[in-house]
Parts: sequence; structure tokens; C-alpha cells
Amino acid sequence: MSRHIISVLVENEAGALSRIAGLFSARGYNIESLTVAPTEDASMSRMTIVTSGSEDVVEQITKQLNKLIEIVKVIDLSEAEHIERELMLIKVRAGQKEREDMKRMADIFRGRIIDVSDNTYTIELTGNGAKLDAFIKSLDQGSIIETVRTGASGIGRGNRVLRV
Amino acid sequence: MDRIKTSTLSGAEIVIRCLQEEGVEYVFGYPGGAVLFIYDELFKQDKVKHVLVRHEQGAVHAADGYSRSSQKVGVALVTSGPGVTNAVTGIATAYMDSIPMVVITGQVPTHAIGLDAFQECDTVGITRPIVKHNMLVKDVKDLASTMKKAFHIATTGRPGPVVVDIPKDVTTHTCEFEYPAEVSMRSYNPVRKGHAGQIRKAVQLLLEAKRPMVYTGGGVILSNASQYLRDLVKLTGFPVTNTLMGLGAYPATDRQFLGMLGMHGTYEANMAMQHCDVLIAIGARFDDRVIGDPAHFAQNPRKIIHIDIDPSSISKRVKVDVPIVGNIPDVLDEVLKLLKDAKTQDIKDWWKQIEEWRGKDCLKYDRNSKIIKPQFVLEKLYEITKGEAFVTSDVGQHQMWAAQFYKFDQPRRWINSGGLGTMGFGLPAAMGVQMANPGATVACVTGESSIQMCLQELSTCKQYRLPIKIINLNNRYMGMVRQWQQFFHGNRYSESYMDALPDFVKVTEGYGHRGVLIEKPADVEPALRDAFSRKSELVFLDFLTDQAENVYPMIPGGKGITEMILSEEL
Repeated sequence: MSRHIISVLVENEAGALSRIAGLFSARGYNIESLTVAPTEDASMSRMTIVTSGSEDVVEQITKQLNKLIEIVKVIDLSEAEHIERELMLIKVRAGQKEREDMKRMADIFRGRIIDVSDNTYTIELTGNGAKLDAFIKSLDQGSIIETVRTGASGIGRGNRVLRV
Repeated sequence: MDRIKTSTLSGAEIVIRCLQEEGVEYVFGYPGGAVLFIYDELFKQDKVKHVLVRHEQGAVHAADGYSRSSQKVGVALVTSGPGVTNAVTGIATAYMDSIPMVVITGQVPTHAIGLDAFQECDTVGITRPIVKHNMLVKDVKDLASTMKKAFHIATTGRPGPVVVDIPKDVTTHTCEFEYPAEVSMRSYNPVRKGHAGQIRKAVQLLLEAKRPMVYTGGGVILSNASQYLRDLVKLTGFPVTNTLMGLGAYPATDRQFLGMLGMHGTYEANMAMQHCDVLIAIGARFDDRVIGDPAHFAQNPRKIIHIDIDPSSISKRVKVDVPIVGNIPDVLDEVLKLLKDAKTQDIKDWWKQIEEWRGKDCLKYDRNSKIIKPQFVLEKLYEITKGEAFVTSDVGQHQMWAAQFYKFDQPRRWINSGGLGTMGFGLPAAMGVQMANPGATVACVTGESSIQMCLQELSTCKQYRLPIKIINLNNRYMGMVRQWQQFFHGNRYSESYMDALPDFVKVTEGYGHRGVLIEKPADVEPALRDAFSRKSELVFLDFLTDQAENVYPMIPGGKGITEMILSEEL
């Protein structure tokens, strides 16, 4: 079992997302995260799927994805050098006595405080999944009020591109 | 380029015009609220003929049988909601066996979608996992291009059913009609040619093989590659086996044919699969009913070449050495060119071994029985129809016996639900077969349990004067269930026996056909002869057969391909 990050270009049509999600559940494949949004070409969406499985299973996943009529291209990003990023918004307790510490912690992780109230901060943090995990770990667990993560988006390094 | 004349048509008219443009001869269907406008347009023309079934499952199976026996696309038309849910079994059946079909489904008007309207269901959602593709048409301007795409997708690459869901208001809206001459989709471009380097590697393996084996499935039938397969087998002198879906691709009466393989395949075919040194798999997918336990199969080292149009079929259950993705006729054509002047190994010893296995006579049964043996009925059926009938079947023991004992020499003559294993398939499929092949001899081999699942279609047969011959192997049990219960559940025949079977002769007569009950072996042949001499009548032959008969050989579920249970006769 290893973690794979699969990038998919898909026609921006109604139902395409459910077709892909349905394929994963019907065939018993794992989905750790799935992100999707239109590309610079509005007729297409780009999806990043993080999954895990044996080499055979991942080979089947890419083949089965390719078989879906609306899918234009599929690559397994993790086959070569790539970059992945995830965005997290995290709301933490920041009363008088925690405020300074919390600000410092956000700075260390290069997070930005994007919303402030009397007793909370909302921090925006970008990075790979491990960095976001590390940030959560480094906080006093009782100070976390709410977190939301986008799941990973990925892109190949250098000249490695996925386009039509 | 000539200007194509356009005209303003309603959505319903466009549907019919598209079917005409595609050369569709028959639509199998059942009307209802959401498709009333389409039915109204059907009424106004006579190019596309409609076959009115008695249940939507029958419509889809009939369209399926039509396609399997003719190389054409099967077309079905059903209404929204229950029309669609009734059709689901038929669509899933076609999907599992890769049958090119277009299923047009009515939908509630666009403004009512999602509001739990009368006879509304999420057709695209329900059918999504059982279609090659499906599309909801929300704008009449997209209707013609969607229909064109549907036919294109259904018939190219690995074929399969495509559902086009059309809301009722779209059938009343109008727009300029122009049927696209071709389809271009950046996301869908199936390959045809195989990779030249891979083909050379495959040929090299074939030339080195000392114990070669050819294993072919439904893909050879679907791609009309039967002649290429015959050329390959004749040129090389290799032994060949067909899967349940592939029967008829190679003549069953030829010496090089080892019979069907798999769970109820012949001893010689299964042994040869396990002990060969080079295996060429063509349009087949190593499924669980064919090779059993993949780990057991992998115990014997062999090189495997796999030709298939669908890359996801390759290395799914069994790792192969030389994958070739492509259209089978194109690939085999290249293979044959390279093989023509080359010399294969001497495989006399291999044939000697195979003949030894064949000597076991694994399909032997008691020919002196005082009760009718189902195998005997099928042997006589083969004899009397001279092996030329189209044979449809339902699912269970009778299906396996038909596959074992009816020797198909031509492709597209054996019509059965292999993948999904749908009881109730046989009779409606036979209707489609008879429509596609008027004048041909069509037999539906079934059992008393399967036939009752779509029995209402006897009424359709009457309406369209379809002279199908129904061979009912009536053992008063769900035979295959009973067999598994005998072998694996301590003879506890839990619910596999029906206590109140109908009098099939009377039922058939009630539908306006001829029914005959046959209770003694001596009456089998005369009854069959009489039935098949009645060219314009449907005859229901109800054979009371041995209740305890089992299908042999049998590989128990999950066991290895050579771990066969053989008949007590052996």
C-alpha cells in the first residue's frame, strides 16, 4: 500500500464528479481527498485525487478513470517529481493570554491571520499535508475550535505538464 | 461541402429522425407519460418499427438479443420512473457482456426534476454504474448531437449500453434539426491498431511455444474477428478454447477445439490452460468463472499474451507478459502477417497430452436412463436443428448444458447472459434474435424457474408471430442452486424447490401458443422434430427431466482451474 496522487482533466459537465466518486466506491478504491475546480479553460475541470493502494490497484484506478467517457487525461503525479499543496483554515481560541503565542505560532508556520474577534483568530495555512498536520499538533488541542482543509492539489515539477 | 438542409422539428420528431438516420429498424419499448410525444411521432412514420413488450426488462433484453445476433445496435425506449427501474436489469445485463445498445428513457419535465414528481427517478444516477455512458438532455438543441454521441459511444471501443434521458418538455420544444455526420470528442478516442513492438514480441513467443494455448472470449464475437481467429488457429495448429461468451468464434466441431473452459468447462480445456507454456488470450478477461483462483492459476509458469480493446481488462486478475491494446481484427491481422512465413515448434507431444485428457470424456452421462436426461435433450436439439439454430438461454444448469452440448460453429448463434447471469433473459432475447433474423430457427433453452421470470413475453411473441421454440428443461428445482446446496450445503435444499409450478402447457395455450409435455426419453426426439417442423408457430416443449442431474465437470467457487469435480459416471 502506498499513497498516490492522481491528477485528472475532465470535461466540465454535470454529473462528471459523481461518475468519478461513484467509480471509487463501486470498485472499493480508497479516496483520502478529492479536490476539483475549473481550469483556465472553463470547459475543463482539474481534479486531484489522493488515494492509496498496491501498485496493481493504482494501475486499475488510472485505467478505470481513463475509461470514463468524460475524462480527458489522467496522470499519476506521484510517479515522478511533483509539488502538492493543501490549504487549511483553522479557527483557534485567542483570548488575552493566548493571543501573543498564537500569533507567533502562526508566523513560525508562515500562516496568516485572516480574521480576528475578541477571543478567536482564524489562520490560513498552506503547505503539504504533513505541514498542516504538524501545525495542528503543535497547538494546544483545547485551543482548536474548528478546522477546514481543502485536500491536496498537485502539479508536476519542471517541464512535466498535464494539458490537452 | 454541400449545404445540409435543415428544418425545425420538435424534440420528439428529432428522436425519431435520429433513429432513422442511424438506420434503426426496430425499437423495443413500452409507452408511458414521459414518452407520449415520442410515441406520437413513432405512430406517424413507418421506417422505425416498434415492438411492444409486456415489461420493460423484456424490451431491453430483446434489444440486447437483437444486437448480439446481428452486429447492429439494439434500441429500447421506456418511460420515466418505473419504466427505467424495470429496464435496469436489462441494461446491467448488456453492460456486463459489452453489448452495444442505446436506451432512450423518458424523464419528467426539466422544471419538475428534483421535486419528487410523479414517475420521477434519477435515471442518470441509477444507471451510472451499469452503462458505458449516460446523458441527460436538458436542451432540445443538444438532442441530435447527444443521440449521435450515444450511437458512437455504444458501438466503438469496448461496446456497451448508453442511456439517453430525455425530459418530456424537451420532446415538445423545437429547434433546427441537423444530424451531425460525425462525432469528435477530445475525451474519447478508442484505439484500433495494436503496438507494433508488442505484436512482434507476441509472435516471437508464439513461435517459441512448445505447449501453446489459445483462449478467446466474447471480444472475438463482438469485434467480428472470428475469421481471423480461425486463420490463426489453422495456421499454427494450436489448440483453442472459448469462454461461455466466446462460443461459436471457433467451430466447436473442429478437432483443434477443446470445448469451453472454466467452472463448467471441459477437463481438457482447463488442464491445457494450466499446463501450457504460452497462452494467448484474445478478447477475454480471466474472470472468476473462467480461471477460478488466480493464485492457483499462477502456480504454473507460463508466458501470457493478452489482446483486448479495453486496457482495464488487462492485468486485472492475472498479470500478463505481453499486453496488446487494440481492436482484435486489426491486431490479429498483423499477427497473421508476421506468422505467415515463420515456423512454429513441433507440438506433437503437447497434442498427445491433450488427447489423453480428452480421452476422459468428461461430459459423459447415463444414456440408458429411464428419466429424461437434460444433456440428451440438448444433443437431440443439436441434431435436429443441424447445429444451425440461434440458441438463447436463461441462467443455470440448462445454460451450462446448452453451452457444453450444442456445438456452435458460427459466431452470434449462442445468446446468453454470461456476466450478470440474468434469469429471465432467454425468452425476450429470443424475440430480438427472431426479429433480427426472420425465418431463422430460434430456440430458447430454459428451465422452469428462469422462464417464469419473463413469461409474460409469450404475449409479445403472439402479437408479432414469433415462432420461437422454447426448450424447457423442467427438473422442478432451481437446478444450479440445488447443485450447490448438494455439494456445499449438506443437501439442505433451502428454497430451491417450487411447490406450485404452473401447467406450462395450459399457460402456453392461454397465451395462444402450442404447448407439449414430454415425460419419456423416447418422446424427446419426436417432440422436437414436430416442434421444429412448425415454422410459423411458437412451441413450448416442457421436458420433465432428471431432478438429481448435476453439471460436470465443476470447479467449486474459489478453487483452482484443475481442481475439478468430475461426474460419478467417470
